[in-house]
Amino acid sequence: MDDALVKVDTVTKRFDDKGLPALDAISAQIAAGRITGLVGPDGAGKTTLIRLITGLLVPSEGSITALGFDTKTQAKSIHAAVGYMPQRFGLYEDLSVRENLTLYAKLRGLPPAERASVFERLLHFTDLGRFTGRLAGRLSGGMKQKLGLACALIRTPKLLLLDEPSVGVDPISRRELWRMVKELTGEGIGVVWSTAYLDEAERCDAVILLNEGKLLFQGSPGDMTNRIAGRVDRVVDIVGRRRQVLTKALAVDGVIDGVIQGRAVRVVYRDGETAAARGRVIEMVKANEPKASVVPAEPRFEDAFIDALGGGPGGRSELAEKTTDISGKANGEAVIVANGLTKRFGDFTAAQDVTFTIPRGEIFGLLGPNGAGKSTSFKMLCGLLTPTSGDGTVAGFDLRRAAAEARNRLGYMAQKFSLYGDLSVRQNLEFFAGVYGLSRKRKRERIETMIETFDLARFLGTNTKDLPLGFKQRLALACAVMHEPEALFLDEPTSGVDPITRREFWTHINGLVERGVAVLVTTHFMDEAEYCDRIALIYRSRTIATGSPDALKARVANPSMPDPSLEDAFIKLVENSEMDQEAAA
Amino acid sequence: MSMPGARFGALLVKESIQIVRDPSSILIALVLPLILLFLFGYGVSLDANVVRIGLVVEQAEGPAEDLAAAFQASRYFEVEVASDIRALEDDLVAGNIRGIVVIPATFDRDFGSADGRAAFQVIADGSEPNTANFVQNYATGVWNTWLAQQTASGQGQAPVITLAPRFWFNPELASRYFLVPGSMAIVMTLIGTLLTALVVAREWERGTMEAMMATPVGILELLLGKLIPYFVLALGSMALCTFLAVTLFGVPMRGSVPALLAISMAFLLPALGQGLLISAATKNQFVASQAALLSGFLPAFLLSGFIFEIDSMPTVIQWITVIVPARYLIASLQTVFLAGDIWALFLPNIGAMLLIGLVFFVLAARSTKKRLD
Amino acid sequence: MGGRLRALIAKEVLAALRDPRSRMMLIMPPLLQLLVFSYAATLEVTNVSIGVLNRDAGRWGVEFVERLEGSPTFTEIVALQGIPQIQTAIDLRQVIAVLQIGPDFSRNIEAGQPATAQVILDGRRSNAAQIVQGYLTVIAEQIGATVDAEHGVQPLAVGPIDRNWFNPNLEYTWFTVPSLIGMITLLASLTITGLSVARERELGTFDQLMVSPLRVHEILIGKTIPPLLVGLFQATVFVLAAVFIFAIPLRGSLLLLYGSLLVYQAAVIGIGLFVSALSQTQQQAFLGSFLFAVPAILLSGFASPVENMPDWLQIVSLADPLRYFLVIVKGIFLKAMSVEQVWQNTWPLAVIAIVTLGSAALLFTKRLE
Repeated sequence: MDDALVKVDTVTKRFDDKGLPALDAISAQIAAGRITGLVGPDGAGKTTLIRLITGLLVPSEGSITALGFDTKTQAKSIHAAVGYMPQRFGLYEDLSVRENLTLYAKLRGLPPAERASVFERLLHFTDLGRFTGRLAGRLSGGMKQKLGLACALIRTPKLLLLDEPSVGVDPISRRELWRMVKELTGEGIGVVWSTAYLDEAERCDAVILLNEGKLLFQGSPGDMTNRIAGRVDRVVDIVGRRRQVLTKALAVDGVIDGVIQGRAVRVVYRDGETAAARGRVIEMVKANEPKASVVPAEPRFEDAFIDALGGGPGGRSELAEKTTDISGKANGEAVIVANGLTKRFGDFTAAQDVTFTIPRGEIFGLLGPNGAGKSTSFKMLCGLLTPTSGDGTVAGFDLRRAAAEARNRLGYMAQKFSLYGDLSVRQNLEFFAGVYGLSRKRKRERIETMIETFDLARFLGTNTKDLPLGFKQRLALACAVMHEPEALFLDEPTSGVDPITRREFWTHINGLVERGVAVLVTTHFMDEAEYCDRIALIYRSRTIATGSPDALKARVANPSMPDPSLEDAFIKLVENSEMDQEAAA
Repeated sequence: MSMPGARFGALLVKESIQIVRDPSSILIALVLPLILLFLFGYGVSLDANVVRIGLVVEQAEGPAEDLAAAFQASRYFEVEVASDIRALEDDLVAGNIRGIVVIPATFDRDFGSADGRAAFQVIADGSEPNTANFVQNYATGVWNTWLAQQTASGQGQAPVITLAPRFWFNPELASRYFLVPGSMAIVMTLIGTLLTALVVAREWERGTMEAMMATPVGILELLLGKLIPYFVLALGSMALCTFLAVTLFGVPMRGSVPALLAISMAFLLPALGQGLLISAATKNQFVASQAALLSGFLPAFLLSGFIFEIDSMPTVIQWITVIVPARYLIASLQTVFLAGDIWALFLPNIGAMLLIGLVFFVLAARSTKKRLD
Repeated sequence: MGGRLRALIAKEVLAALRDPRSRMMLIMPPLLQLLVFSYAATLEVTNVSIGVLNRDAGRWGVEFVERLEGSPTFTEIVALQGIPQIQTAIDLRQVIAVLQIGPDFSRNIEAGQPATAQVILDGRRSNAAQIVQGYLTVIAEQIGATVDAEHGVQPLAVGPIDRNWFNPNLEYTWFTVPSLIGMITLLASLTITGLSVARERELGTFDQLMVSPLRVHEILIGKTIPPLLVGLFQATVFVLAAVFIFAIPLRGSLLLLYGSLLVYQAAVIGIGLFVSALSQTQQQAFLGSFLFAVPAILLSGFASPVENMPDWLQIVSLADPLRYFLVIVKGIFLKAMSVEQVWQNTWPLAVIAIVTLGSAALLFTKRLE
């Protein structure tokens, strides 16, 4: 490709001499008029590569030319012709939307005469016209992202670099952003879109797949998924517990990966063993789920990624095996109950009349756009916010009157990694065992269990902040379930985590659920939502739909969209609700 | 195609809007200066105007009674009388009084006789050395005045040598007159160093610095665009402080405004340079604020000659004060307010400040490249 | 003490002390401050320069200058010629004072007439200048005594005999070092408490605490322990330094000192918690602590005696814990203060502690909504 906008030539980048390089001998090209996905989990080296392309970092070895300029010596010329949106969008939060735009317009030397028309075009494009006076700090995540994009587009660049534009952004805003970026490539702009969401990779024209600083794949996403064509099946029409089916499927020899998709279970076979493994899976299904059947499925980018990494983790959860089984204890009894939960801040209603119950052994998902009220509802139920009216109970204890009792029975895992970074792994475990009042003997047992289950032994003395990301994730889960809670609260638990760790995480969660734990999870991740037994979709502080993932999909299915994805369902339901409201008004 | 003028203007406008909208810059640039000025104008006074002392008169008659009356009449003392020192010791320990004057029973006899060796005692509370000095000095003053009166009326003798002191620039001996200009140096340090370090570190933290760096803006433009608004803000704060100093605290302004301006502007170079250096080195608001406090505020307060005489410090510490820019500012400010335009004093001080500033800027520029690593 | 609380306290102490860098931050800067400031923060006047314009041809003028040279206060005696030089020397701060001896100085002394010498002092530094004036007066008196002795005049029988109790040589470090114990403890306790909650908020661990069965008062107790320990440790280092490096007498009861230190710390930590309840970020917590610490130090009586302040500020200073603790720490070190006198300065601290800790707890419970 001679028309490459960016040529990366065997680039290695080290930040310190001792550790592993952040990027290891990467060669890649980025073409004009296409979206190039820079894909990989956190810590893969995506941001480093983008910064290298802008000239904000220089390679330790190798060289990069961007737009024909060398990044080491001609960074200035590159800066004049690229649009760059760093993580967190690079906006001045104290400045209004218009002030941010004006600033970037002047910095990029947009002639004042053109300013009015460019602003009008960008504001229309981003649909921010109504908010020009609002401070950037007061915008929602999706709106910030659009403003960041507008600022990067002030002078139509030849190359647009977007560093994780979709982090913390709900599916609706994400889809709008895709639409906008697609339009840009139509004008011949080369776009680099970095993301940890593998489903986004499929929409890119080309993909650069990174993992731990190494290049795993470069080319069109189709080429990647084609590698596993014919090796993916779905087990459909499961009547009983699909989680048990998944566990059993993963135990089958030759199955390298498996996930839950609504009522179905998706399995991937090892290269060269497809036929034999498929036979074993069919047998297993027959034995356990006579009504279910195994059907071929479209391969996905993520399946291919797991395959490239040598397969996912097994389906056994040691953690669950060592957890007391409470599923038999009054099965079906509600563990988490939200009854008319309402929260008002001044005259703003953040959540209105949120009602649901989660019985033992069920995963319940809260979905919704940013600011719709799902985290408010979530926080009310785990006791971080006191509801204005309505009430919630956890394991039968009222959150208002017996808060401490209720808290003793819930485990909580925050979206951001929130353990004590300056404490060692063991000290964190000891602390969480201590605050939940475990007896001395029990404490020792549980900590041992956690160390074994999560393979933490070699990190016991390490400061938590220095752990590899995957182990942080494991430790966070270990601390949250230390006291064997009956209810588990997960707030976007796996954002930015690599797919293998994410599978491992869900294996444990699935195992715990089978043992009778009730789980409440909020997420923007449609993959994660598929694990839920039921989902409540929250929009404009109200619940607009409740049901299983498949039921929600079925609600929006129509002839033009016979097999909607959960994301399609999400977007359609929100749109419908908006139309209803407008009709009512 | 490039329009550096407009670009630079945009940076200035952006920064100014941020100053106005950011509560912490208002706090540091407006509220803190006022608090400091008020505290130094009203709260801190090094003149022991009226000292509470105890007075023990063992035999209240004749010259002893007369001397006691002189102490009681002194405008420097507020006197608590007792006949026994034991009644006052507790007060001295508790700090209710700062000294005890004991006129013994033998005073009358000794005062009359020619060969006695007796005297009266002035006991000061040594745990407050500065006040103790004042107690001793004031007591000597009362004694000398009283003695002169006695001599005039034929008793006793006049001292051989009298000193006629004249305090230039500040005959009222109001410590406020040098504390208020000194506190302005602290204010300038807070704005120049602390606030600047904070706002630049904030840009690093929030990732806006990165976004700026990927635009055609040059690093020099970026930094100047950041510094000039704070330069102006500091001068504005200085003007406000000067206004209050003159109107509210009655500090004379004997020098000229251009001189004051020249001194202040010269000081801002090292102050801003230091702030920039701190933020470039730390890139973190919290660490930057700690560093600015330790390397900016505390030295300006303690090692600048503001309250404590540099000459009296140990030699090693005197060397350290050479690189404290506030030292030069304070000497100049006190002069421009109390003495007038003495350019022979200003120029070397301005030179020293510019030199330190240059060093800071070179260091800051070297650590702030238009790169992230 | 319940297991929960014990785990929390262990965590708080580890969080504050585990990182070797933050351990250093807790020890090195305070020690450095102690060393630099106890030597720098002196209102004593030594090593200053003085100008002399001696127009007296007689021996007494020379005698005066020689005595100046012999005094440790003055390191440099600048001989000046004429009035314009006086002006320059003072203006440019080359000298803090000028002694001007007139042509008839010795003649008057020999004649038994009162002799006057003029002293011009730099009012820009009026405090130091006044002290210099005091030194000069003493020298003048000493010369007077010599003159009297030579003339066969009995020296003046009476006059003040100066005594300084508690600190006979008015050693300035005897004043600064004990005061610094109070000040540095204030700064350390305030910042540690003020920032710890804000840091947990920023890192998201505060939510983690809130969803655990810990109660608000347990969290607050957990937060008070590290600053308490750090403060105790720093104070101990300073007390040792005061006694063994600065040779300051410790005349009172160490037990009383520690007892009142605990109450003082409770008051300061209460303020720190109050600040941290109000702040969302470490930045705000820092500015809040700063906003409290500066007036607290200036109004404490360290920079200048409380009784010199206008009445309304004296009332404000009643709420300043450092004000009471300075009296206690200097009192115990130098004055062997009695239990009763210490108590008189400790109960206001206890009141402040109850008010600040109480309102911090209240504020926390409210803000946690």
